[in-house]
Amino acid sequence: MTYEVPVAPGESADIEETIQLDGEVWPMWEVFVRARRGISHVHIGSLHAPDAETALENARDVYTRRGEGVSVWVVPSDQVHAFEPDAAEEYVEANEKVYRLATAYDIPEEVGQM
Amino acid sequence: MTLVSRAPQGTPPPDPGDKFTMLLAHADDNMVLSQRLGELISNAPELEIDIAVGNISLDHLGVARALYTYAGEVEGEGHSEDQLAMFRNERDFTNLLLVEQPNGDFAHTIVRQFLFDAYQAELWSDLAHSDDEQLAGMAARAAKENAYHLRFSAGWLVRLGDGTYESHHRAQLALDELWQYTAELFEGNEYREAWESAVGSTLSEATLDVPDDPYQRTGGRSGFHTEHLGLLLAEMQWMQRSYPGLEW
Amino acid sequence: MANEERFQQIVDAEEKIEPTDWMPEGYRKTLIRQIAQHAHSEVIGMQPEGNWITRAPSLHRKAILIAKVQDEAGHGLYLYSAAETLGVNRDELQELLHQGKHKYSSIFNYPTLNWADIGAIGWLVDGAAITNQVMLTRCSYGPYSRAMVRICKEESFHQRQGYELLIRLCQGTPEQKAMAQDALNRWWWPSLMMFGPHDSDSTHTEQSMAWKIKRVSNDDLRQQFVDMTVPQANYLGISIPDPDLRWNADRGHYDFGDIDWDEFWRVVKGNGPMNRERVAHKVKAWEDGAWVREAATAYASKKRARTAA
Repeated sequence: MTYEVPVAPGESADIEETIQLDGEVWPMWEVFVRARRGISHVHIGSLHAPDAETALENARDVYTRRGEGVSVWVVPSDQVHAFEPDAAEEYVEANEKVYRLATAYDIPEEVGQM
Repeated sequence: MTLVSRAPQGTPPPDPGDKFTMLLAHADDNMVLSQRLGELISNAPELEIDIAVGNISLDHLGVARALYTYAGEVEGEGHSEDQLAMFRNERDFTNLLLVEQPNGDFAHTIVRQFLFDAYQAELWSDLAHSDDEQLAGMAARAAKENAYHLRFSAGWLVRLGDGTYESHHRAQLALDELWQYTAELFEGNEYREAWESAVGSTLSEATLDVPDDPYQRTGGRSGFHTEHLGLLLAEMQWMQRSYPGLEW
Repeated sequence: MANEERFQQIVDAEEKIEPTDWMPEGYRKTLIRQIAQHAHSEVIGMQPEGNWITRAPSLHRKAILIAKVQDEAGHGLYLYSAAETLGVNRDELQELLHQGKHKYSSIFNYPTLNWADIGAIGWLVDGAAITNQVMLTRCSYGPYSRAMVRICKEESFHQRQGYELLIRLCQGTPEQKAMAQDALNRWWWPSLMMFGPHDSDSTHTEQSMAWKIKRVSNDDLRQQFVDMTVPQANYLGISIPDPDLRWNADRGHYDFGDIDWDEFWRVVKGNGPMNRERVAHKVKAWEDGAWVREAATAYASKKRARTAA
């Protein structure tokens, strides 16, 4: 099947994508799940909720219905501060310090695993 | 027990001391409430609530199935979960009147759920100490699920009660209307005191008043239902009654 | 490097475009349009199946069905979240659906009239959806592709439960098998229509392919679906309602009859058997819930004020 929106003959292909809303919208939360003990929380998706308690409840229902997690964090989406490589040259430069990487050093094979 | 009883309507009241009777009563509670919540899916105020209601409905259904299956074993006449759920009539169901009440608006759904969850919190922690190991195991599992239900229903009750003028009014109205079905929760048990204290503290957080109307309607445990149950069962049992004995 | 060029380079390298990357306006609009329609389809899709929750013939089937309809709500939610990374709001998208300005998959504008329809939806509709969604896991837009990975994992349960339900009916009494045949008769053609217009009539295929929003054409996916489904119908022992359906050894594919495109466009334009009911049901649930959403917002701000005080 397709999720492309079929355009009927004679219909405009442009559809509206925004509209003015009257009421207030529940804020958005980012959800992080620790899948099992010993590994980090990983971003798994987002959802809407009026407050942190509800966001946690919702996260449990929405993202861990199949027992996917042992621990869940929710963070208000507008509290996430991001650093995007495209917008920040110095970040890219930091990545160029190859001497930070273990692979930058040749260790003779006879030394063994290091 | 004879299924689809042709016996005169008004079978003798079940003996509450009998294990089969006891298991069926709790199974019916969970079955009927699951069915009610099942009606709600795709009608909830938000997608996230649709999902939560689905979870709760599934949990109650799971409990009902386990209890029906165990009841069938205890009875020893080879009745399956489906037979016990689908081939008993309105007068043979012994669920609490509270759970058969219609969904109403979201306040009614939440109040019904909350009053029942608070009751089941007592029930499961009691039965978890039962001498019957199988039942104790089921109860321990159900207690965990119930803790989640209670967090959901109490949380929403507080939000509605202490939300807007309209939501407060609707929540109080639902509470006033459903309160008449609460005395029945305590027939044959000692849960009232703990229940009242738990319910009272949530209601106070929700800025809702404990209703003072003394009228109480009882009878669910002996099959004397409100008129809502018959219709619910007609829908639930229709396929099995129309095509008896088939595998699905 | 010019934005456009860099964008296309990332896409061509099979890397993902992420929300904060520069993207052509047309790409953004196409994605919003498609992800929204996909999300709406999941949410509206809860209704035809929800129609049988209270009547499921066994407790086991009831549990499966509730879990499945609940998954649809979850899928709608993942998809709305993916759309929101493009700068629109879920409530706005829903409002556009309510006002009839957005569409959803036409398949959900057909009614579920017997229990076998629940099997047919799982087998055919979810089967068709998987065919498409597996392709979409490779879509160039990161959030959409990730939502698809998640959804595909859950979707295979949907198709299998549907087919198993039909096996049970087809191995049951003649009456049960007749239910399955009736369901196949009604769902077969609408399922083929789900793949959209012929490639020759499809307005935006070429651009979507270049952007890797779409990876396989409508007709190719449809053929893939028919080839996969015919043997499954044979196993069930029920017949596909198409006199022109036959194996073509030269092509190595099944040939099949012409789709009734008049019906297709009629339903797309809003005049299918259930279009009005579906939207009305959705609008009613939303409007009935307004006071609940407001209450939650009001309570949250009271609580914030109390904490701050």
